[in-house]
This record gives sequence, structure tokens and C-alpha cells, in this order.
Amino acid sequence: MKAWIAFWNIMVKDFRAYYLKPPNISWGLIFPLAWAGMFFIRSGAGLDSVPALLPGVIAVSVLFGTTSLLSVTVTFEKKGRSFERLLLAPIPLELLMLAKTGGAILFGVANAFVPVAMAAFLMDVSVINWATFVPAIVLIAISSTFLGLFIAVSVSEVFEAQTFSNFFRFPMLFLCGLFFPLAQLPVWLRWLSYALPLTYGADLLHAAIHRPAAIPSALSFGMLVAFCILLFAFSLRNVRCKWIV
Amino acid sequence: MIPDNVMTAIEVRGISKRFDDVEAVAGIDFDVRKGELFGFLGPNGAGKSTTINMLIGLARPDAGTIRIGGIDCSKNPKAAQHLMGVVPDESNLYPELTGFDNLCFCGSLYGMSRRDREARARELLDRFGLAAAGGRKFGGYSKGMKRKLTIAAGIIHSPAILFMDEPTTGIDVASARQIRQLIADLNASGTTIFLTTHYIEEAQRLCERIAFIVKGRIVRIDTIEQLMRRTDGRHVVQFAVSNSTDDLCDLLLGEWPGLHCQAIAEGHIRVESPKPVRVGPLVRLLEDRGVEVFEARKIQPSLEDVFVEITGIEADAMKQEKANSGKGGGA
Repeated sequence: MKAWIAFWNIMVKDFRAYYLKPPNISWGLIFPLAWAGMFFIRSGAGLDSVPALLPGVIAVSVLFGTTSLLSVTVTFEKKGRSFERLLLAPIPLELLMLAKTGGAILFGVANAFVPVAMAAFLMDVSVINWATFVPAIVLIAISSTFLGLFIAVSVSEVFEAQTFSNFFRFPMLFLCGLFFPLAQLPVWLRWLSYALPLTYGADLLHAAIHRPAAIPSALSFGMLVAFCILLFAFSLRNVRCKWIV
Repeated sequence: MIPDNVMTAIEVRGISKRFDDVEAVAGIDFDVRKGELFGFLGPNGAGKSTTINMLIGLARPDAGTIRIGGIDCSKNPKAAQHLMGVVPDESNLYPELTGFDNLCFCGSLYGMSRRDREARARELLDRFGLAAAGGRKFGGYSKGMKRKLTIAAGIIHSPAILFMDEPTTGIDVASARQIRQLIADLNASGTTIFLTTHYIEEAQRLCERIAFIVKGRIVRIDTIEQLMRRTDGRHVVQFAVSNSTDDLCDLLLGEWPGLHCQAIAEGHIRVESPKPVRVGPLVRLLEDRGVEVFEARKIQPSLEDVFVEITGIEADAMKQEKANSGKGGGA
């Protein structure tokens, strides 16, 4: 019970201190809007293209929102040594890191619904298969947040966190099937794209909104869960090795 | 709380820690009794921070055992964290939260209910003279206020053992006095305190026992009383003179070979003897040689002298190191 009091308050503190700050709320709104506009203009296919564009915009919004915020806030707290307060709290490290990432996951999920709300004015959202869409969004948010955590525990400076984030995010953006269908990629690049969590998330979103899945949905869900576990375990290991030396 | 049958709050046996080629802590042993105020002194790089990090669970010892409140923390550094409060050497609360919210948040980390932590936060803000600033953001506090709130955050959950790392470094004299009084009050109310400080006078004033650590090794642990016995029968006189002090010691030692003389600064020499020193003949000799003597003062030997004797490190050099490391301040 006591550990859960700490868990809840760490999440609430992060929301108050970071996620509900006006710059971050505006980031959560403007970023998806900008991406949606960019894709829409670039495609030039008119309103018919909205269902095909929506998965990409959602996936990118979640990926950028969660990785940026989490990697920067954790690095910032580590540098200012306020993170030490959390490490000194008598709660298991696993629970502490889940509390620390919980806020970013919720922020990512909320981010995902901004493009959906905007798309509601341009397309019939009743075609969306919510049973696939919602768990896919949650898993994309979790895996992206854990990627942000992995980045945060691998660097020591805030600017390094941003640079290192892009090292993962941009390849993911181009290789996950949002811009080019996986089938059109050269075989070796296709293998690389299968090693990225967003590939599975993007395919699930495509399947939930406008076309059949290219990868069996059960496999995509399984791969996303596996990525979440792997990234979280690796981050915990890094915290134990690098921060509790 | 520490169980009644456990009388040793902190028990350290043979802990060591190495960072690459540097042996930061080299197999140290010590005990801190329940309810004691224990001082841990040493220069920068002596191993103080590494030791304190191993005790609080931010570092793992390479060897040895640590028991906090009877709980073995050697393998699981988090095992006894519920017994501890920590005041780090930097005021590391959250700048974007108010003083009150910072205290409540720190209370929540120890599982305190909302009602308990809010009541305790108000009590501590009052006690530390920060009630009026409780609604302001921590980032806007002065250095002294930040330090006080950081100490308040360390004791929000009323820990049985409090680790304080340089609590008065870098703050004004009035705030430092207030904090020292708070430390004494906390200890009087039964809290075991492990205090690291660069200020020897502070340790002398507050602590019951002191450990001196140099180059990762504890060179002496004793009560203030016992440590001060080393100065019994020592007589010290300090002179302020007009001339350069380079040759003055040779001059005095030439006449009185039993004295110990040291130029401590430009225009200042210190004379030490196992027998009472008669100041008149010394002053006359100096004046006969054209040296103007502005002041001759008998000095009561202090813990600082003991520290210098035991560690071979000048206390001033230790303070300077701290100042150079960007923290400055005064006790």
C-alpha cells in the first residue's frame, strides 16, 4: 500500500511538473496538427487519403511525444540530482520506473487521440476497429516511452538525450511502413524494419483503420509486448549498473 | 523504527569500493550507536561521499558488510531505506514545485498518507521558519532557504537515522547557526545522525564521536573528549608581526630549541611548547632584532589541531578545497 502511495504521487508530480505545463500541452496539440497537415498536403489525394494518413500521424505523434518528454525529464532530474530522491525511496526499483514512465504513457495515449479528434471532422471514424486500435495505441505508447527511458539511462546530458532520441526515431519513421509499404523496401531494409517496434504498431493502426494487416495482428501485439519487456528490462539493468554503482 | 534490541544504528565491516584504478574506500570499519551524532570528516576525495553513498544505497560496496538498524544492506541496498532520511550536499528538490508541495511529495515517497504528510509539512515549514514561503516555488528560494527545506524534506517521515552531507556548506552564518541548532534538537529527540562536514568546529560543537577518513582509510575514531586529550599539556602562542616570517622561526628556535615554531601565514607565526610559554622573552628577542610585534596571543588548542596532527592535512587547505569545488560558504 505504501509503495503504491509513492507510485501514484510520482505520477501525479510528473503530470503537474511536466506534462500539464502549457508548452507540453501545446506540443501535444501542435505537433500532431503539423504532421497531419504535412502528410495531407504531401499526399495531394484529398479527403479520401485521410484514413490512410491517420495511422502514420498517430504513430509519429505518440513516438515523438513520449520519447522526447521522458528522455528529457529523466535526464534533467538525474542531472539536477532530484532523481536521487526517488532512488532513495523505499520502493522497488521496478515500481519506481513504472511510476516515472506512467505519466509519459498516459501523455502518449492522450496525444494519439488528438489526430483522431481532428480526423473525426474529415472522415467517418466509425470504420475504426477500436478493439484493435486502443490496445495498439497503448502498446505503442508504452514501447515508445520505454524507448525514451532506455535513451535517458544511456546518456547524461539533456542535449545528448535529444540527439540520441533522433538516432532511433528517424530511422523508425522511414522504415516502419508509414511512408513506404514494407513490401516495397529492399529485403535487407525490410529485416531492419522488422527489428523496430513501430513497424508492428503502425501495421496494427493501418489494420484498425483502413486496410488488412500486412503482419498477423497477434504477432504484432506479441512483438510490441516483447519490445516493451526488453526495453524496460534493459533500462532497469542500466539504472542498476550506472546509477547505483 | 529500529528494533529495541538493536543498539547499533549503523554497523560497517570491511567495506571497500574501487573505481577503475582508484581505491575510493579501502576496507573501513565503524559503528554508530543508536541515538548518536557521529561525525565523518575528511578532505575532498578522501572517500566520504562514496562511504555515505554505500550506506544510503546509492552505491554497492565491492566487499564488506553494512547493517542499518540491524538489517543487512550489503546485497540489497534498498533493504533499510525506510529507516533513513538523507540530506544530500546539494539542495536537490524540485524547482517547479512549491516548498509545501515538495515536502508533501517527499512524504509520499515514504508512504505517508495525504493527511499525515500535509500536517507534517506544515509543522516543518513552521519549525524551519519557512511558513510564509511554503506556497512559493522552490526554484525561487535563497540558498539558506533551499538548504533548510532540503533538511525538512530529509526528516518529513521522521526517520530513525539521518544522513547529512555538508548541511551548512555555502550558506550564511545565521542560517548555518539555525541549522546546527536543528541538528542538535533532532539528535536530542532521539534521531541517530551521521554527519559529514568540512567544518571541524561544527563537528566539534555537534558530534559525540568523530571518524577521520583520509585516502579511503579511517585514521582515527574517537570521542571529542578523547581526541582533545591529545592537546592536554600543549601550550600555543600566536604572534602577529611586521616582518616576513621566513627567518623568525629559525631565530626563535636558535634561542629556545625545545619550542615548535611554524609560520602559519604572512606576518603570523605559531609557537608551541609542552611547557607553559613565557611570552615576554620571546617578544623581547623579536623586538631586539627589529621585528615589530603587534599581537601575542595564547591559543587554546582545538580539534582542528588534532585533525592536522592525525591526518597531516591542514584544515584550511580542506576548507579551500571545498571552496574551490564551487560550494564556498562558512560554518
